[in-house]
Amino acid sequence: MAVAAFNSVSFVGLNKSEAHLLFGSGFGFPSTRLSVSFKAFKPMAAVTAVPAVGLSETFDKLRKQGQVALIPYITAGDPDLSTTAEALKVLDSCGSDIIELGLPYSDPLADGPVIQAAATRSLARGTNFNAVISMLKEVVPQLSCPVALFSYYNPILKRGIGKFMTIIKDVGVHGLVVPDVPLEETEILRMESIKNNIELVLLTTPTTPTDRMKAIVAASEGFVYLVSSVGVTGARASVSSRVQTLLQEIKQATSKPVAVGFGISKPEHVKQVVAWGADGVIVGSAMVKLLGEAKSPEEGLKELETFTKSLKSALL
Amino acid sequence: MACNLQTSFLPALKFPAEATLDKRRGNGLVVCSVASAADSIMTASTPTGSAAVVVRPRPLSRREVETNERKMTGTTGKFGRFGGKFVPETLMTCLSKLEAEFNLVLHDAEFQEELATALRDYVGRETPLYFAQRLTDHYKNESGCGPQIYLKREDLNHGGAHKINNAIAQAMIAKRMGRTSIVAATGAGQHGVATAAACAKLSLKCTIVMGTLDMERQASNVLLMKLLGAEVKSVDGNFKNATSEAIREWVGNLETNYFLIGTAVGPHPCPSMVREFQSIIGKETRRQAMERWGRKPDVLVACVGSGSNALGLFHEFIADKDVRMIGVEAAGFGLESGKHSATLAKGEVGVYHGAMSYLLQDEEGQIVGPHSIGVGMEYPGVSPELSFLKETGRVESYSVTDQEAVDAYQLLCRLEGIFPALEASHALAFLDKLCPTLPDGAKVVVNCSGRGDKDAPTVFRLTQGSSLGDNKRHPVSP
Repeated sequence: MAVAAFNSVSFVGLNKSEAHLLFGSGFGFPSTRLSVSFKAFKPMAAVTAVPAVGLSETFDKLRKQGQVALIPYITAGDPDLSTTAEALKVLDSCGSDIIELGLPYSDPLADGPVIQAAATRSLARGTNFNAVISMLKEVVPQLSCPVALFSYYNPILKRGIGKFMTIIKDVGVHGLVVPDVPLEETEILRMESIKNNIELVLLTTPTTPTDRMKAIVAASEGFVYLVSSVGVTGARASVSSRVQTLLQEIKQATSKPVAVGFGISKPEHVKQVVAWGADGVIVGSAMVKLLGEAKSPEEGLKELETFTKSLKSALL
Repeated sequence: MACNLQTSFLPALKFPAEATLDKRRGNGLVVCSVASAADSIMTASTPTGSAAVVVRPRPLSRREVETNERKMTGTTGKFGRFGGKFVPETLMTCLSKLEAEFNLVLHDAEFQEELATALRDYVGRETPLYFAQRLTDHYKNESGCGPQIYLKREDLNHGGAHKINNAIAQAMIAKRMGRTSIVAATGAGQHGVATAAACAKLSLKCTIVMGTLDMERQASNVLLMKLLGAEVKSVDGNFKNATSEAIREWVGNLETNYFLIGTAVGPHPCPSMVREFQSIIGKETRRQAMERWGRKPDVLVACVGSGSNALGLFHEFIADKDVRMIGVEAAGFGLESGKHSATLAKGEVGVYHGAMSYLLQDEEGQIVGPHSIGVGMEYPGVSPELSFLKETGRVESYSVTDQEAVDAYQLLCRLEGIFPALEASHALAFLDKLCPTLPDGAKVVVNCSGRGDKDAPTVFRLTQGSSLGDNKRHPVSP
């Protein structure tokens, strides 16, 4: 009954993905909560009653709509955690389908100068794991898209893998990317992530031989992260044409969704990668740069909004 | 015919375990050469005075099996739970190729011969096992008893440290693999100098990454590197930052770049490669000890920054349980001060720069910047192999403070006329505590891993206050 009433209301405020989330998710939400959200519904939803679904499910939905996922990445705590909290909401409302949040680390081997600098600034401000978790506790319920954490291995080990997984699950995180753990060493990570319903995303790269790639895509959960170039993170002038062949090879090996990351910074890049068949596009350094180098956090958030929208429109 | 001692490496497959050669090899006459499974080196002399040394290179896995409780598989690079390859996926194939190449050169007679020639003619090996008479006397007790102290003179190598043993070998491997450009990170600068030298000799482009803090403290080495033709790239911080940046450079240029690691850390096969090429130190020591004393040394002492010189001396003797091994780390301002670099003493197990090992980290798992007056000692990690040896109790680990190292530097200068690097001074400083506990006549070998010209300004500045003649520790010679 409540659903029928909802049906008749104009959906001006809802964007496509949010509408689908509400109706396609199959969640049984209590009717009282639904009526509250109906009254309070605004274009940029400050509070949504719908918990986000996991990574795979998000991709399933997008696939049905023939859409490609926009996956921004930002480093937690740069310029500060409250800005990160706001940034998460901005990214969500601008149509991000999954958000990757990086935990700052003292020695990020896979990261280029932009993300390195963000991590250094964040750590200098005193950002730590507990602070990030508290922030997520508040913010994740307000997001309609799932959050995946990006962390190097040592901080996870230090906490204890099982404990780490439980904590992040508790605040509603859906996925995890650990860039310095190769397939051989992922066993224990995978064991703990499965126990806690966290999807562990694995990376494959242009230097990965086909056999190894097949093993990686078989084990990856949520989606397959295809690193577009041989190198560290950072915006590049263009996306390597190898990505096209790599995408084809991967899609022959698996039906899991493939998202391309590293070096993507412009709407043109996004269009190119989509044309080649990617299921998702990950944009990191470009976002981090905006936030980190803005004259003020407010300015940074504004620029983030504009930028995200431009990327999103390249996908529509 | 006068010929120098020549080392010939013979392919293991051609010559079974107990092989005797009765034929000419090159210009030398091989008289007696038996390579048994237990010993790697046997010597014999001919009537003409020349001698041939036959070394049977052991495949890594078999060697590890020989030593007790050692589990290492060739492909995973694990030492117990330590080691491994914890790097971004982009690097994995490159590491496999490197490992394959490394295994090839171990059994390649031509490569080994070329390396032996370079070690002899370019590096200046073999290095002396020097009996430090005055130092020995200094540590004798009232009854005139005490151990006998020998210094393995790695400071006499070309470049001034043991680093060249590994740098020249890996530069040769890089060339073999068709790489045109070498990238390396350095702390005190010795590995930088050694790499730059090897690159000049082998006509390879060389980029050395060094932390700004280190560049200030070891400026003379920076000049040398530049003169040797290397491009010196600076990063904020010290060796740990330089290493991270060098790894990023490596990842960005896998086809042309060769990352020449200078110490026994990093993802497999790096720690094993470095240890293998540094193990010449221990191999020579065994032979020299046998010649001098007819037996093995009793105690080996080496400083531990990341573990390359320590493993170089120790590795040969791991299976010899009667040989004690002591690693001496940097306690900086003291272990409780928080300003030190004593990873084995104070670290916890974690993953850093590609390997699982002991690591100086905070409660968040962030990597702590270490401190030591010995710049080459400043590394928050340590060799995974050494981590394993410490955990299993094979290697004892201690530490000495900055002050104790500086004192030891001066002591050796005054008593033996040798100026040790501040890193090696840490090993020497430990003799204070060690010698009173040893029986009379015990044979102690201290690895003098480098020379101390680069540290002279620092030591001088620190000791300027006291008049050097007043110092009770340094009696003016009669």
